[in-house]
Amino acid sequence: MAEVVAKAKTGKKPTSRKKSVKKYNKKTWLTWFETMYRIRKFEEKTLLAYSQQKIRGFCHVYIGQEAIGAALVTGIRKEDAVVTAYRQHGVGLSRGLSSDSCMAELFGKKTGCVKGKGGSMHFFSKKHNYFGGNGIVGAQIPIGTGIAFAEQYKGTDNLCVTMFGDGAARQGALYESFNMAMTWKLPVLYICENNGYAMGTSVERTSNVQDLYKIGSAFDMPSEAVDGMDPASVHEAFQRASEHIRSGQGPYYLEIKTYRYKGHSVSDPAKYRTKDELNSYKEKDPVIVVEQKILKDKIASQKEVDEIKKSIVDEINTAYKFADESDYPDGSELYSENYVQEDYPFLT
Amino acid sequence: MSRILTLRDALNEAMIEEMRRDENVFLMGEEVAEYNGAYKVSKGMLDAFGPKRVVDTPIAELGFAGIGVGAAMNGLRPIVEFMTWNFAVLAFDQIVNNAAKTVSQSAGEFHCPIVFRGPSGAAGQLAQQHSQTFEAWLANTPGIKVISCIDPHDSKGLLKAAIRDEDPICIMESEIMYGHKGEVPEGEILVEIGKAAVRREGTDVTLVSFNKMVEVCKSAADELAKDGISAEIIDLRTIRPLDIDTIINSVKKTNRIVVVDESWPFAGVSSEVTYNVQKFAFDYLDAPVIRVNSADTSLPYAPTFVEEFLPSPAKIITAVKQVMYR
Repeated sequence: MAEVVAKAKTGKKPTSRKKSVKKYNKKTWLTWFETMYRIRKFEEKTLLAYSQQKIRGFCHVYIGQEAIGAALVTGIRKEDAVVTAYRQHGVGLSRGLSSDSCMAELFGKKTGCVKGKGGSMHFFSKKHNYFGGNGIVGAQIPIGTGIAFAEQYKGTDNLCVTMFGDGAARQGALYESFNMAMTWKLPVLYICENNGYAMGTSVERTSNVQDLYKIGSAFDMPSEAVDGMDPASVHEAFQRASEHIRSGQGPYYLEIKTYRYKGHSVSDPAKYRTKDELNSYKEKDPVIVVEQKILKDKIASQKEVDEIKKSIVDEINTAYKFADESDYPDGSELYSENYVQEDYPFLT
Repeated sequence: MSRILTLRDALNEAMIEEMRRDENVFLMGEEVAEYNGAYKVSKGMLDAFGPKRVVDTPIAELGFAGIGVGAAMNGLRPIVEFMTWNFAVLAFDQIVNNAAKTVSQSAGEFHCPIVFRGPSGAAGQLAQQHSQTFEAWLANTPGIKVISCIDPHDSKGLLKAAIRDEDPICIMESEIMYGHKGEVPEGEILVEIGKAAVRREGTDVTLVSFNKMVEVCKSAADELAKDGISAEIIDLRTIRPLDIDTIINSVKKTNRIVVVDESWPFAGVSSEVTYNVQKFAFDYLDAPVIRVNSADTSLPYAPTFVEEFLPSPAKIITAVKQVMYR
């Protein structure tokens, strides 16, 4: 443990995917594949529904970043909290929110996970310890730190996974939070999902330091970079980090290097990057790579993989139908759930 | 048994009593623990509760306000002290975009029972950045409740009610009124959020005000009494939700109203009160509503500017005579 921390303090280069291949059993590999395939199919259906104008507003899909979602299923505990930014459909699904309730939320229907009040940026579920998608870049960083503060206060050994993008790593809120989390040894697992672009602006253009894990060193926070296209690498990093955090030594920071295949949001044609760059990442597509791995290493048969795929496609089709056929919330619900106080006297 | 307490000690008692009552209540902010509070409102609390529950923070308003929001979403009941509300502007993202919207965007999955408190308003020659009021800024936002009060008894009861409330609440106090004294009986005091108080009954004109301007209204009313004018003084105590009924009932009796508000005039609390009076008491008014605000400028340093800027008994008396056509 001491050695890991010592190394982590100075920061590590991305861990190699080849090392981590055969350590995991069939169940784990299939869980990763199923989770990633669910997110991919969910997001493809989301884009379709958006083009049909069934989903409106801001909409940011998780395509390309699924390996992180897969590792969230296996690398932490259900009792742990998770909070993230607005690119959050895949994170919510990984926490266990149903495809039905998530798709219905995107459609703005009353059967959605937050009754049509949150939309694409704001899934929440207390039951799943999912503290939401936050629409203000970086705002969830102090909030996740506070969720962890409460766990420490209550004396649990739960942690809070606090996720943000490379753009949010430039917000002042991060520096304030990192400082307090380290000073108070709060149980936070900070995750920067570095997909290379803050909307249309590359990390190179906004930061003198391109390895964002190095930010942690200013706080003596154990920090490392992780290959975000490989669920096993991310899973292992989560386990290393959570062991450190649960031992009471305070926060841990992972810069997970990933890539989004689509634009920042559905309205972004992503003209700021080259086809070659996109294609080079598509060769690393975690959904395809893991499927090929499972078949090549005979972890599972083609038939088993096909059954998973069919069952996910059915699930997503059902979710689409469920969302489409559900009702919108009644307009009068506008006045519910602004305050916990039920008889709040709104001005009218 | 009744006692005379300062506002500072009344607020201190409120926090101590609520922290004894509920172990999930904790205080966090700059200088609250070892320094005993920048204005000594948290005096003795570190000794009483220890560093787990009385937490000194670095100077990072956005960060510790957000930590408060996250802790509140996860089952605790934070009291976040700002050294002044002027510094809380750095934390407005967490107050306005997160605390206020937690219940709505999660459709009630999560609550945010948090109290943000600290002094606001002009406090001597502190110049532009340290002399502002934020009641109107925050009361504009649905999802939060706003309290602004310097009466020791009521401030204690309102703070205790706020700590127990399930919704996020912003409380404005006053640097120069922390030594303000009033009667505070021993024992439990709870004051309902959203109810104004009639501080003085009168028949000729209604003065509506809040925070330390209530004391300025009292001075003006004393002078007016010498002229045979009987002023009724209403202390709003809570800005959001606004107790419109108490204002309207008074105007129906006096038929004249002057709103005295330390905030800037544009789109402020005085505008909101005035709107409601014209809507609900139009036929009872014998004169247009007049308001006395701070000047529509920043507040510079020199004492002559402070005098020119703030509402005063003389300005209130002039306004009252205007609505009385005297």
